[in-house]
Amino acid sequence: MLVLSNYLIFSTFLFSIGLTGVFINRKNIIILLMCIELILLAVNTNFIVFSHFINDLTGQIFVFFVLTVAAVEAAIGLAILIALFRQKNTIKIEDINTLKG
Amino acid sequence: MNNLYVLSILIIFLPLISSLISGFFGKYLKNVLIHTISVSFMGFSTILSVIIFYKFLIGDFDNTEFTMYVWGNVGNLTLEIGLLLDKLTVLMMVIVTFVSFMVHIYTIGYMHGDEGYIRFFSYISFFTFSMLILVASNNFLQLFFGWEAVGLASYLLIGFWYKRESAIFANLKAFLVNRVGDLGFLIGISAILFYFGTLNYIEVFDQVSGLFSEDLSIYIFFDLSVSSISLICVCLFIGAMGKSAQIPLHVWLPDSMEGPTPISALIHAATMVTAGIFMTTRMSFLFEYSEFSLTFIVLVGSITCFSMGLLGIVQTDIKRIIAYSTLSQLGLMVTALGVSAYSAAIFHLMTHAFFKALLFLGAGSVIIAMHHEQNILNMGNIKKYMPITYYTMLIGSLALIGFPGFSGFFSKDLIIEAVKHSNLFGSKFAYYFVFFSVFVTSFYTFRLFFLVFHTHERMSNDVKHHLEESSYVIYIPLILLAIPSIFSGWIFINYILINNYFKDAIFVLKDHDVIFNISQHFHGSSKMFLHGLFSAPCILAYLGIFFAWFFYCKKVEYLLYLKKKFSIIYYILINKYGFDIFIQNIIVPIVLRIGLFFLNVFDKFIIDGFFVNGAAKFIKWSAEKLRLLQTGYLYHYVFVMVTGILLLLVWFTFVFK
Repeated sequence: MLVLSNYLIFSTFLFSIGLTGVFINRKNIIILLMCIELILLAVNTNFIVFSHFINDLTGQIFVFFVLTVAAVEAAIGLAILIALFRQKNTIKIEDINTLKG
Repeated sequence: MNNLYVLSILIIFLPLISSLISGFFGKYLKNVLIHTISVSFMGFSTILSVIIFYKFLIGDFDNTEFTMYVWGNVGNLTLEIGLLLDKLTVLMMVIVTFVSFMVHIYTIGYMHGDEGYIRFFSYISFFTFSMLILVASNNFLQLFFGWEAVGLASYLLIGFWYKRESAIFANLKAFLVNRVGDLGFLIGISAILFYFGTLNYIEVFDQVSGLFSEDLSIYIFFDLSVSSISLICVCLFIGAMGKSAQIPLHVWLPDSMEGPTPISALIHAATMVTAGIFMTTRMSFLFEYSEFSLTFIVLVGSITCFSMGLLGIVQTDIKRIIAYSTLSQLGLMVTALGVSAYSAAIFHLMTHAFFKALLFLGAGSVIIAMHHEQNILNMGNIKKYMPITYYTMLIGSLALIGFPGFSGFFSKDLIIEAVKHSNLFGSKFAYYFVFFSVFVTSFYTFRLFFLVFHTHERMSNDVKHHLEESSYVIYIPLILLAIPSIFSGWIFINYILINNYFKDAIFVLKDHDVIFNISQHFHGSSKMFLHGLFSAPCILAYLGIFFAWFFYCKKVEYLLYLKKKFSIIYYILINKYGFDIFIQNIIVPIVLRIGLFFLNVFDKFIIDGFFVNGAAKFIKWSAEKLRLLQTGYLYHYVFVMVTGILLLLVWFTFVFK
């Protein structure tokens, strides 16, 4: 029998991998987008698990919204990425630092 | 009632309107149109004020107070623009508008061809307006407004020929010296607001006796204390000393001769210098309760009267001699104020306005004929060329020295009598000064008169060739001023002494009421004239004429001998007792040092450097440091964010709980 904490530990791992990916990765924006997806998935897992254990469907409904937003975000992110690549001929994060003080 | 309101507003604002017209639209209009507008507005104003004066005299109008406009309410304090019309105001209005009207007419001739012709009309109309608003005010704030506006106008006019360096120096000097007096005046007004809680004349005057009985005193220094009423009065009088040019704030007045001659007439006769006398008279309700300030006034006035008269003897500039005589006469008026003879002071102010304007305009007529030569040593025997100027100047001079029968005689004699009858501390001292200044006045006046109009001709042939009587716009004002210079005394003294003209406008305590004492022995102006023919002051005046004639017409060599013999006195007099030297070499550098110290340390360093620019510099510096945090790298931001969240988590779990 799986208990709540197993799921939570799983989602924490997922979240941590995503987070680590965001700030260790300095080369590729696509990986950055994937890491964000991972973070969102970790959140989704939490929603589903909690909704199951406290018998409330609201959490699971909310996941649909999150998934939708994630899909939209991925589409927009990729579109921006392509536009960026056309402009700068690179997708390295290190090179994209014009917005600074 | 309404009638009076409309009339008085017209009197005051007509000069302002004409000033604005010539000031703003002058360059689009012709000179002829401008002077027609200015002179006719001024003339209209004069006629209206004479009408009001007459109605007050016969009793159709009575003392009235109007509020024209309320421009501010601060707590319980109401700031308003209003008019207080009583017999004092009305008389001042007549003097101001009449003299100003004469000056306006005269200006057409005197300033003809000057490139600032229109500007000049604008200024003098504004000057008149300022003085009218000052005399008609019903509260201290408006009085102060008029006071400053008069100062501004005099500044503009003394520096009228702004390309001359000496004119700029003189107008700045007048402005700065007046600032010194104005500081005292402002403190006085503030003290009034503090003690009475209102700035309205009538409300203040009603409370005075109450304040006096409470006898509040202010400790200045350990045990040395001054009653609050004395503080107020002395401060107000310091303001009057600045405007009415009393020692030691008199230095600006002789220098104001840099302006064109009509201005000198206006400043010395009707506007500006009379403001101090008027103000003190208006405040008689206050001054009466302060013996200390009255003594102070008597001393300042009598010293000014005598010492400034002496300076007139050594001057050679025709306008400066008359200027020193103004100082001396102002001293006489101030002395009269000090001995509580306010009505005598205003009486002398009135007669003085007529004959002094006459003398100045006459001097201007001579100056024009002499092609702007002002040194009397280069004139002589002008009588032959300018008979009208000669006779009018003779009338003015006789009035000035108080020759029996002329207007100056009545007012001067009244003041001297008043000083004699006074019991005030210091009045005996003042009496001798005033008494001997009669001789001095008579001497320098006729020195001027003989040197200009008699003796032999000392001007160059070139000038002599063009010497002729001035045009009618110049001599008509002279004649019109000569008439009141002779007759105004005859008529008005009866109103003062028999009808008690200033009954409501001036307040005098029973103990001080010298004018009342004099009026007990007064039996009409003709008796006074007959009695005056051989009275002591008049004999002094005759002596003055005689000595002037003797030294300047008969035995000039005696004069040179005396000059050599008393060279030290001559040296002191020619240096004006060293007031100018003292102020310019000692006071001014000290003030300049203090000013520079405050400028550099407080203004530039503390306020500008530390607070104003310092705040900006700090923001700039901190922004420069903080912007380094924004690197533009996404992973830095994420790192900061995650660390922040972690720290918050730690705080919530372990500390906040």
